[in-house]
Amino acid sequence: MDRDTLLVGCAAGFSGDRTDAAAPVVATLARRRLPSVLIFETLAERTLALAQLVRRRDPALGYEPLLDDLVGPILAPCLASGIRIVSNFGQANPPAAARRIRAIAREQGLRAPRIAVISGDDLSGPEHRELLRCELGARLDGIDVVSANAYLGAEAIAAALAAGADIVVAGRVADPSLVVGPAMAHFGIAPDDWPRLGRATMAGHLLECGAQVTGGYFADPGRKDVPDVHAVGFPIADITADGACTIGKAEGTGGLVTEQTVKEQLLYEVHDPAAYLTPDVVADITGAQVRVSGAGRVALTGVTGHARPETLKVTVCHEGGWLAEGEISYAGPGAESRARLAGDILRKRLPRLELRVDLIGTLSVFGDDAGRMLAGTKAGDARDVRVRVAASHADRAEAERLGREVTALYCCGPAGGGGVRTAVRARLDTLSCYLPRSAVPARFEMLD
Amino acid sequence: MAATRTVRLHDIAHGRTGDKGNRSNISVIAYDPAHYDTLVAQVTEARVAEIFAHRRPSAVKRYLLPRLAAMNFVLDEVLDGGVNGSLNLDTHGKALAFLLLDMIITLPGGDP
Repeated sequence: MDRDTLLVGCAAGFSGDRTDAAAPVVATLARRRLPSVLIFETLAERTLALAQLVRRRDPALGYEPLLDDLVGPILAPCLASGIRIVSNFGQANPPAAARRIRAIAREQGLRAPRIAVISGDDLSGPEHRELLRCELGARLDGIDVVSANAYLGAEAIAAALAAGADIVVAGRVADPSLVVGPAMAHFGIAPDDWPRLGRATMAGHLLECGAQVTGGYFADPGRKDVPDVHAVGFPIADITADGACTIGKAEGTGGLVTEQTVKEQLLYEVHDPAAYLTPDVVADITGAQVRVSGAGRVALTGVTGHARPETLKVTVCHEGGWLAEGEISYAGPGAESRARLAGDILRKRLPRLELRVDLIGTLSVFGDDAGRMLAGTKAGDARDVRVRVAASHADRAEAERLGREVTALYCCGPAGGGGVRTAVRARLDTLSCYLPRSAVPARFEMLD
Repeated sequence: MAATRTVRLHDIAHGRTGDKGNRSNISVIAYDPAHYDTLVAQVTEARVAEIFAHRRPSAVKRYLLPRLAAMNFVLDEVLDGGVNGSLNLDTHGKALAFLLLDMIITLPGGDP
């Protein structure tokens, strides 16, 4: 078997991504008969806090809610073809996710996979509170901590794969580390080989959002057209021993891989291009180039890396009061004037709330919470406007007044208002700090 | 004086917004590398700060990536607290690239 190339396919870019994405990726990896890894990235910043809330209610849960739908359809072909699976779908409870995967294998009559569980990221327990207090101090007082997790790097993933794991289940790891770990294990990349780690990290960065590099989140009809975008295929990277990558996608799918799609994803969530910080390396894309290297294939070159940060980032999620929202629609002649009047009425009725007012159809998502942009927008004559108001408050009863006032516009507001919807939900807020690596040891254990 | 014409930035460049916390980054990528120098000259930190003035950025920083015919703007404190704190429907500010792409650009030459 060719050891000079490692294929990494990505079949999810967030928790809630399509569950039918994996099958074509796995079929393509199996057909190519090269060393292959399948990753699922399912952990946005707040996903872990939501998972922790689920785990509080049921200690057997707290992992990716769609785990069965993600893994069930591809477990057999992955085990049959030696395609290893690496994911953060363990979320707040990696051991429970590992046990669930073992059960799926049993239910399907498959051999028992070797499953490694990564631990060390979860700092939410009382035994870690003093450690967090050293960094966060008084900011921890009076808040209800829901989750606290360090962003782990790739080393424990690499060690688990080197030890023969078929599947690696993690909680919070840096997204690109899902790719860096397999690259380290496969090519024997040392943990201080900064240029190769930098390149593998950017391969991971291109893959970690799934279809965002293959034509998802890209279409702009007339300018950027995407073929069969309804069936957009998920990406596969060919990674070489120096860490450089070529991006393609699953065969027989929609979407496209072009220099444009790769450039957009390369810069996604990047700040200083000379210093893309991860636990593994400080990646540097100032010299990066992207070039078509074949039909539907684009190569990324020119990436390097510098010594990794000394500390690990920790995100603490805590309860953050209540968000109230309400909406009502106005249409036809004078719709915008009636909608603006509804907004004025709500401001007068809810003086204790800092109210955001949107006029959907005139101005909404571009505007700021304080309403400066809306105030600077001349009244027009939009004929189909949905008024949306939102406010947050520490006290639930105070937040709930918003929904009642929007509902009251039915009988007490401007003419012709319809389609009221209201909602109140709990908010989460976050704090961040940085801890020395020695305080957050990462490790793996094979499930018995 | 040489003839010029105006276009929307959207006609000659594409981009994507990313967010981390209360910070937004917006890429601006020339479709045709021949337009890159025009973008560098006209899509400046000052003009971008003006477009986002209603969001009161505490800093607007531009990074140039000439080999990609791209630039990356980083706007600090423009998301009303971001995904945890903002009251915006679009708490991430994902739409903001298209606010920037609405900018008017002057190109040399008369008819397109």
